[in-house]
This record gives sequence, C-alpha cells and structure tokens, in this order.
Amino acid sequence: MALELRGITKRFPTVIANDDVSLAVQPGEIVALLGENGAGKTTLMNILFGLYTPDEGRVIIDGEELKHADPGAAIAAGVGMVHQHFMLVPVFTVAENVILGLEPLKGFDWIDRRTARKLVTEVSDRYNLSVDPDAMVEDIPVGVQQRVEIIKVLIRDARYIIFDEPTAVLTPQEVEEFFQIVRELKEDGKGVIFISHKLNEALEIADRIVVLRDGKSVGETNPRVATREQLAELMVGRPVLLTVDKEPATPEEVVLRVDNLVVLDDQAHRAVDGATLEVHAGEIVGIAGVQGNGQTELVESIMGMRPSLAGTVSVGGEDVTKHSPRQIHQLAVAHVPEDRQESGLVLSFTVTENMVLDSYYDPPYSRGVSMDWDAATQASQRLVDEYDVKTTRVDVPVSNLSGGNQQKVIVAREFDRDVKLVVASQPTRGVDVGSIEYIHARIVERRDQGAAVLLVSSELDEVMALSDRVLVMFKGRIAGEFDPMTASNTEVGLAMLGSEGGDDRVAS
Amino acid sequence: MTELPPDNQPDDAMADVPEQPSSEGRKMMRRMTGVDESWRQALVVPALSILLALIVGAVIIMVTDVDAWRLMREDPVAALGEMLEGVWVAYRALFLGAFGSVRAISETLFTATPLILAGLAVAVGFQTGLFNIGARGQMFMGGLAAVWVGLHVELPAVLHVSLAILAAIVVGGIWGGITGLLKARTGAHEVITTIMLNFVAAFFVLWALKTPAFQEEGSNLPQSAPLPESVRLPAIFGEQYRVNIGLLIAIAAVFFVYWLMYRSTLGFEFRATGFSPTASVYAGMNVSFLLTAVMFVSGALAGVAGSTMTQGLPPYTVTSNFAGTIGFDAIALALLGRSHPFGVLWAGLLFGALIAGGRSMQAAAGVSVDLVIVMQALIIVFIAAPELVRTIFRLKKAKAEPAQLTKGWGG
Amino acid sequence: MTAVLERQTTLEHKNRLTPEERRSVGVGVALIALGLFVFFFFGLRIDAGEQATFNLSLQTDRFQDLSWVVDARAFSLVVGVIIVGLGIWRLTRRALRWTNVSLAVGFALFSMAFLAWAAAGSQFSLVGMLRSTVILAVVVVIGALTGLMCERVGVINIGIEGQLLASAFAGVVLSSAFGTWAGLAGAVIVGGLLGWFLAWLAIRFHVDQIIAGVVINFLALGLTSLMSARILADVQSLNAPARIPAWRIPLLADIPVVGSMFFDHTFFVYGMFVLVVAIHLGLFYTRWGLRSRSVGEHPKAADTAGINVYRVRYRNVILGGMIAGFGGAFLGLAQVARFEEDMTGGIGFIGLAAMIFGKWLPFGALGAGLVFGFARSVQQKVAILNIGIPSEFLLMIPYIVTIIVVAGVVGRTRPPAADGQPYIKQ
Repeated sequence: MALELRGITKRFPTVIANDDVSLAVQPGEIVALLGENGAGKTTLMNILFGLYTPDEGRVIIDGEELKHADPGAAIAAGVGMVHQHFMLVPVFTVAENVILGLEPLKGFDWIDRRTARKLVTEVSDRYNLSVDPDAMVEDIPVGVQQRVEIIKVLIRDARYIIFDEPTAVLTPQEVEEFFQIVRELKEDGKGVIFISHKLNEALEIADRIVVLRDGKSVGETNPRVATREQLAELMVGRPVLLTVDKEPATPEEVVLRVDNLVVLDDQAHRAVDGATLEVHAGEIVGIAGVQGNGQTELVESIMGMRPSLAGTVSVGGEDVTKHSPRQIHQLAVAHVPEDRQESGLVLSFTVTENMVLDSYYDPPYSRGVSMDWDAATQASQRLVDEYDVKTTRVDVPVSNLSGGNQQKVIVAREFDRDVKLVVASQPTRGVDVGSIEYIHARIVERRDQGAAVLLVSSELDEVMALSDRVLVMFKGRIAGEFDPMTASNTEVGLAMLGSEGGDDRVAS
Repeated sequence: MTELPPDNQPDDAMADVPEQPSSEGRKMMRRMTGVDESWRQALVVPALSILLALIVGAVIIMVTDVDAWRLMREDPVAALGEMLEGVWVAYRALFLGAFGSVRAISETLFTATPLILAGLAVAVGFQTGLFNIGARGQMFMGGLAAVWVGLHVELPAVLHVSLAILAAIVVGGIWGGITGLLKARTGAHEVITTIMLNFVAAFFVLWALKTPAFQEEGSNLPQSAPLPESVRLPAIFGEQYRVNIGLLIAIAAVFFVYWLMYRSTLGFEFRATGFSPTASVYAGMNVSFLLTAVMFVSGALAGVAGSTMTQGLPPYTVTSNFAGTIGFDAIALALLGRSHPFGVLWAGLLFGALIAGGRSMQAAAGVSVDLVIVMQALIIVFIAAPELVRTIFRLKKAKAEPAQLTKGWGG
Repeated sequence: MTAVLERQTTLEHKNRLTPEERRSVGVGVALIALGLFVFFFFGLRIDAGEQATFNLSLQTDRFQDLSWVVDARAFSLVVGVIIVGLGIWRLTRRALRWTNVSLAVGFALFSMAFLAWAAAGSQFSLVGMLRSTVILAVVVVIGALTGLMCERVGVINIGIEGQLLASAFAGVVLSSAFGTWAGLAGAVIVGGLLGWFLAWLAIRFHVDQIIAGVVINFLALGLTSLMSARILADVQSLNAPARIPAWRIPLLADIPVVGSMFFDHTFFVYGMFVLVVAIHLGLFYTRWGLRSRSVGEHPKAADTAGINVYRVRYRNVILGGMIAGFGGAFLGLAQVARFEEDMTGGIGFIGLAAMIFGKWLPFGALGAGLVFGFARSVQQKVAILNIGIPSEFLLMIPYIVTIIVVAGVVGRTRPPAADGQPYIKQ
C-alpha cells in the first residue's frame, strides 16, 4: 500500500523538468518535497495527478499503474491535489465548486443542490473547516478558499493528498491552523505530500524530506536529524547565506509620501482605503500583508497606472497623484513590477527591446521619429554584462531566458540610472536562489546610494530580512508598523490578520 | 507569440538553452519577420497550403459540374472525364489569365495593387494585436473621398492625383481611427465594429453616388460622373495596359510600413502595445492613443487601396461596389504574408495572379470567381493550422506553435 | 485588456469619479441630447393638430379596427421634455442602479416620438411593426444563442454568419427537393458540421478562434455563392422551398396586439422561445450547464475535477452550430423562402453583438434580439411612410445600433473568463 513514482522524466521544449525522479509515500505519512523554484516540484506533482504525461517512468498507486494522463483516473485511484493556484471557479459557489465532476442529481441531469450543500457541511464540520457552502468563491479570503480545495479533495475520498506550496498565501497564524488540519489528515490515515521551498515548514511538518534540485532527486533526510544549513546546501548545491547582509539604515528626507489614498480595483471595490505612508531616502520600507489586501493597487496607483479616487501621492515633494506612468518614470523612479511576464516585459520582444522598453523615446535610443537600434544593442550588451544576465545574445526573445534572468533584465533596465525612489513589487517571486541573493544585494546597494526603497512582498521572510521598517497592510490600510530587528514573525502575522499587533501604530 | 501559458511553463528554466548556430540568413529572417526558422522552412507550409487549396478547388469544380452529373447515370466514365476536363479548362484559363501574356501579367499586377495596400492595412493591425476586418469600409470611404476631390477640385495632374490620394488617406484613416478610438475608450471589439462600419460605409457610398455631388448631370444611375483626366492614375506601360502608378505607390507603402513597424519609435510602441498592453502601460506608453493611431494607419492604407480602385480603374466612372471583396482577400493575404510587409508584397502578387486568373476562368470556363474566395479560405486554414498541412504531407513535426493573434472580448 | 484601457482612459479624464458615476453622467448627456432632438426636430416640426393614427389590429385578427390616435406634436414635445428630465436626473449621479433603466426608457420614448413624427397625418400599423419585430428578432436571437453556447465553454464563434448562410443554403435545397422536414434536418446537420469544424480547428490545431471563425464565414460565402451560381441558377427547382404554414395557437392568438405578436407564427418562432428557456434552465440548473460553465471560466479547474475539457468544448460548439442551423433554416425556409447570395448580410454578427448586449445570458439574448428586431422593423415600416430620410440611412440603423451596443451602452460586461483561450495540455 503506497503511492509511488518510479523513474519519472519529463522534458519541455527548453528544459528537462524532471530527470529520473522516484518518490513514494505511505498512508499515514507526511513527505515533504523540498526544492527551490524551478527545481521541478510542480511538474512532478502534475504528472502524479495526471495533468502532464511523463516522457518516461511510471506512476503506481496501491499496486495499480496509472496509464494515461488524466486527472479523472488519478482521482478515481485515490489521489487528491491542492494546487498552488487554486483550481476554483471564482463565479461559482463553494458547493458548486466542490461537487463539480461528481454532481449529485435528482432526475435527468438536474443538480440536487440540497445534497450538494449537505455534503459540504458534513466534511466541513468533521474537520472543523467552517466553510459556508453558499458563499461565492471570489468573495471569500484565500485561507478559506484553500479549505474549499481541501474539502474538494476529501469529498472525493482521496487517500493520498498533495499540497503544492500550500503556505505561500497564508499568514503565520493561518499556517499553524493549516498544519493542524494536515496532522488530522495524517491521523486519519491519509498519505500527504507537502511541496515547499520553505525549509522551516518542511522541518516542522514532515516525517521524511526529499530534496529536488535541477529536476533530479538529490537526497532524502529525516527532519529530526537534518539542519537548516544542510538542507539549504542540498537544495541549492552550494552553501547559501540565509540572511541579507546590510548595514543599518541612515534615513534622510522624505521621498515618497502617500496620504489617505483611496484606489478602486477592477471590480470597483475600494482596494486601497485610506492608506498613508512615507518612505525616506536611504531606507527600505517593506510592506507585508496577505495577498489581495490592496498592495497591488497601491503600487499601481503610486506608479500612475491606476487612478485614485481620493488622497495624494508625492515624490520628492512634487504632487504626482495625477501623473502618467511616464511622468513618474521621468522623476527618477524605478519600478520592478509585480508580474514580470505581464507588465515588466514584452515576452516576444528581444532582450534589447526590453532593455529600452521605458526609455526608447529619448536619445541615444531614439533619433526623432526613428530608432537607433545600434545604440540600443550596445547599451543592452553593456547591461547584460554588468547585471550578470545569462543569455547567449541580446537579440533573442526574452521569453527564452529563465525567470531569474528575466527579472535581472528588469532590474538592469530600472536601476541603470540615477534613481531617487525604487518601488519593487515581489522582486524575487519565482526566482532561483542565486538571483534572489543578487537582486537583494542590488536593492540594498541602491539604498546605500541614497535611494528610497518601497518593497512589497508576500514572502514575510523576505520583507523581514530586507526592510529597515515594516508596514503591514490590511484591507487597504496600513495596519501597523514594526521594526524588523525586534519584532517577531508572529507579531507581524497577527497584524496581517487585522488584529491589534503593532506596538506603534501609524496614523490611526 | 509562441509562449506556453504561464502555468505550464516551468517557473524557472534551470539553464539557458544553448542557441543553435545561426546563419546570417536566419538572422535576417528573424530580424525582418520575427520568425525564427530558415527560409526554406518558412516557405514550405505556404507553398503546400496553396497546392492543397488548388486540389480542393479542383474537387469543388468537379462536384458542382451539373452537366456532368446529368451524364453520370448513363455513362459514368464520360461524366468523370467531363469533370476532369472542366478542371483542366478552368485551371488552364486561370494560369493563362494570370501569366499567359503581357496583358495577363499587367492584369495580375493591376489586381495586386489594391490587394497589397489592403493587405498591409490588415498586417499592420495584426502586428498590433488588432484584427481589422474593416478594410472594405475604409476602402469605400477613402475611395469616395478621392472621387469627391476628383470631381470638385481643379488642379494640374500631379497635384490633383496627390490631393485625391491624400484625401483617401485622411478619410480612410479616420474611418479606421473610429474603430481604434472605440476600442480604446470603450473596449468595443474591433472585429464587430469594423464589420458594422463596413455595412455603414457601403450604404453611405450607395447613397452618395445617387446625390448630385457625385452623379453626372441628368443621369440617375447610381454611379459617379467620369473622373477628369487630371486625377486618373497614369498607366506605367502605356494606355493599353491597366497597370498604373498605383503599383509603385503600393511598393513604396511596403517599404514605408517596414520602416514604420521595425525602425521607428512609433512602430516600437505599436508592437509593444500589440504584444502586451499591460507592459506598454507600465512602460509609459499611451495605449489609447496608440490603438487609435494604428487603426488610423491601417485605415489610411486601406483608403489608398480604395483610391486605386477609383482613380485607377477604367472607365473611371465609380460604381457602388468598387471595393469588391478586396477587404476580405486582404485578410488571407496578410496571414499568408505572415503580417510582414515583404511577405504581404509577395502574397499580394500571388493573390493578384489568382484573382486575375479567376476572372478569365469565369469567362472561359464558367467557374464562378467565388471559387477564389473558397481557395483563400482554405489557404488561411492551412496557414493557421500548419500541423494540418504537416499531417497531410507527413512532414516532420515542428515545435508546437499555438499562435494566438487576437484576443477575446476583454478582460 | 479592457481593464487596462479603462484605467488608462480614466487616467486621462482625471476627474476622480467612479466608473458608475462616469457612466451615469455619460448617459445623462446622451439623454439630454436625445431629448432636445426630439423636442426640436420632431415636436416643433410637426404641424399643430396633426394626428398620428396607430393601428392595433391586422386584417387577419378576430377583433378589427382597433387603433390609437395621438396628437403628434403634443406627444413629441412632452416626450422630449421627459427624456431631458431623465438626462438631468442622471447628471446628478444619484440612484446609479437606474442608469440602464433610464437609458432603456429614454430610447423607448424616443422610438415612440419618432413613430409619432413619422406617422403624423397618416396611419401606421403598430401591431404590424411589433409582429415583425418578433419575426426579425428570431435569427438575431438564435445567432446570439449560438455564440452563447460556444463562449460559455470558452470558444469564440465569429463564424455564426457563415453557419447561418451555409445552413440556409442546405435547408433551401433539401426542402425544395425533399420537403420541409428534410430541409430543416439538413440545415441543422450542416450547422453542426460547421460547429465541429470550428471546434476542430480551435481545439485540435489551436488555430486562433477568431481566424477560424472568419474562415468559416469565407468558406460558407464562397461555397454557397459558387453553388448558387453553378447549380441553383441552372436547376431553379432547387431554389423553391415548400411553404411553411403558421401555427395559429387557439384563443391566445385572438388576444388583441399580443396575439398577432406572439401566437400566430411558424414553428420556428416558437422554437426560438423554447430554446431560450431550455438553454437558460440547462445552463444554470443541470450538470451539463455546471460543467460547461466551469470549462468556460476555468478549464484547468474543470480538468482537475475530472471533466474532459475538450469533449465539453466539442459538444457545446457542435450544439451551437446546430442551433445556428435552425436559425439558417428559418431564414431560408420561412423568412425569405428562397436562397440568395450573401442573404445573411451581417446578421450573424448582429447576433454576436446581441450576445454581448445580453451579457451572455439566454434571456438577455432574447431581450437584445428584440431590440435589434425592433430597430429593423421600424426601419422597414418607416421606409414605406416615405418621410424624406434616404433609405440607405435607415438601412444603416441596425449596424449603428450594434456599434453603440458593443461600445458599452450596457456598461461593464463580464465574458466567461477563459473566453477565446485555447486549453493546452502538456
């Protein structure tokens, strides 16, 4: 009785995502699959769940081989998966999402909603999940959405449950609750695979840890004997610094001031609802918060990409509330956008074209109405060398580059001038450890040269490590201010949930 | 736009894949078309697509041969022979009508002129993520403006021709720009607005040609008075051949569009907006302006196409259907030319041959020129689904290329 | 993309209003302009005391000689003032929920005033116009339902026009040769085949869906024109479909006005209403509907729930094509009762606009289709009155209405989230 992956290999057009990987989990066991971004964890699990077809290797569940890539077959064989990006239809109710694929019927094809509701309530009560079956999924918080995913899995009688980066969207407190649920599942005899790149969590929850690197399985350890440092080295392949190396900040004049800002999101809800903050020259201010508390809209509004309904934004004393993105860019503001593939880059453009994406209209890249591609190519070549972007040439599409190198293209473009203010949103999301270290160092360097830095990240560890001051954003407001040297993750986590946690609350 | 959906893309490729060695020719190709493959590969699919379209066309000619079917019951062999003969006669007429004589070649070039211009109009849209089905309407409005200038302004020849074309550029551009502006301001999808504007333009022309501003005095035919000599596009190879300086204008337009899209600042913005509107907002570009501007350029090109069909079409009395099916042919042509100006030029010449030949096919073999529409549709299918062509001809499979040119209704 | 654009547009306005407030103001301005137009160009131009007579019964009706007589000038002036009032109310930006209602009421009143002006001093068959509104709505509604069936599972169908045209051709030829029911069956099959073709190109080959739709339009136009020229011109007996009798529903058909509007039609018209109700119930109450909608909103979620995304897409797009086939049959067998080259004349695209106008809902499609039917019907009837507007401009009306509609008269609409996106498994 076990779930086994034997010798799995999966090739994509440009990479080998899994290279002869084997893994097994028994009922009543929690196995952590640890590896950094791009190590091939998600691909492996998608193969297990029948979303991808492996090029080689076999998936065996309780002695039966899964032959075809088909989630239906995987579900029937007793595998359930809670995906990193939730597989929930936002405009459906909780109950509709849960029963999708195994709808209770009354009569010909007519859905029996009462039974559906009852199913949800039963499972929800049994595991203390407290979920309302009639709520619309898009209206409930991510933590609750995750519980809906768990209900979906349980209702399908899964014996093996895969969690793909389940804690990425949770606060420290929610993580605790989540681990409680996982332990209960284990008690119930479920086999659990827990995929993560977070060492501490793997050490805390797992019975066994398997480490994946560059698509290969590089080791298996027992969490009772393994140390953080050992695991980190195993993951990355070399010793890594687990902290950011920086001097204390020497803040000077105010560069960015946001005053009582109100911003609507695309659904016309008040995503930012009276936020007030200041960032001084020579300091890094980190914004922590659960995703969806207005961070995205705050940054977009500061950068002139989203209109505000009320309040003001000023940069270096100049009111920029109604400035266009270009006007703000020209005030020596650098912006590393949240979604590099959507906003930061034009993926089908070459590295060079992306390097000049927001400065193409001025000399030396432009001569009046005509572009000077030679000048652009030269500049691009210089930046690629200077910022350690790994690419064979500068005239290949930027989509050929790895995530880390794509991010370096953005950093190079944005940092290669005198900047007064840096706004960096999720600067290291989906980026390998080497690039993370590099990007962090560049941000600190900018601070030391006197720039004001506003850092937004959903990784609490990153915010705590990099910032000189931490602000917590909750429901569109700044809900607390912390000193990262003295505050604990738990305190900040409480504030992220909206409870009174900050010692010195700002502008109440 | 070959990219995996983000979810399927391994978040972080572990190592950059080594590039295959690249020849100068390939580099040139990539630079000019954004297509990373050798010339030969780039030509295989289009060539086979045309071949397939001809084969299917032959089948259609046979199946719709009513007389042969009547014979079928008595003498199937003779009937089949008659069908095959029908195909032979039709295709022979098509080929001769396209290349068989100096006149035929002149007809091919003459027919290609507005096709190239309208094809450029569609291609410019494609490069910016816009699907301009409105070349027909833009041709109507631009062409009508040229006619108005022709009838109501008196100028020496060179100036008169130029002013009429300028009027076509401006009015065609505005008609296209309306679509861009509507899309920018309200998100109205350009496919629907351009099609609707085609109908509006067609009715407008129908009405205008019945007004005294355009009609010949004393006539009540729905057509314009004959255009004066001074506004007619001069012939290149003498009066007996229809090909005129419109062809040179079209070729000039090809180079202009190449410069605009790949060498100018505005073209950089156009392409950035087309591939990623979000990134261009981030980069400080004015997406609303760019959408309107690119549709203006597109409409202007179509407008010039319209003017070549009025100022350049003997007997220079303009009727209400001077745009013909060019607006639709242009879509197939832009796809065949992979939205690249030089590709459009060759595709335009090819389609010019096909249509000019199709006309003599209709005259000589009684096969309606509508067959050319069917063949164009098939060419689009095969170009857009290269895998289909490869399957039919059992070619080696190239890497997956889900080409999504257009976008949904919004979001 | 719309969201990006909308944001940028608002940036330029810099007037710091919420989208709803801006819409309300826009609608207000439009209504005031409309009201002033009615007041000055209709009201003041009608001679005092001229009466417009609206006939409310047809010759076939049981109750004859019903009519409604109004003083055209007074009526138009009052209506103009009311529309301006509505506009001013919108400018105050209060009661934002009523923006769309105000707009609808404004346009309805405008239409009434227009008719009063056009019919001033003469007679106008109001019931005839309403009856033809329903008939003219049928193809639009069916086109919208076709689009909706496809887009609800994430496939954009721009080829409705071609599906209608090809099935009209098949229907006419088969009905001429073998009778009505063969014609109907043939039309539905041809529509379904073209649906399959769209799905095949879009799903199997990942062809851009809009291009695939355009191809279908081309193919249908080219093939039907070719066959019409080569076959129908030669064998004219193939272009003479059997006449389809109206099924007069007892009692209901005798109700004045409503009876002629809804209960005295061919089975096609009743079929349209049945389809609207059936698709509504199906989409929102059955397993089929839940699965279809999940595929259109979040195909990967559906896949992970064990639903075969491709199969669902194929099935619905083929069903959609068959619905278009039904519409094509109506066009060829009942509405026009013969085949003509390019006889659809863009109505498939109007159907698509009706789908958007109706917010991807079956009853929305019905409402939107009736609006278009009304516009066409007014155009046809008014053309008879000879009021001095060139017929070409009247003919433009439905197309201009379509542009106005897709340009967002209805405000923000939300298409299915995965609309137009191919789903690719690795």
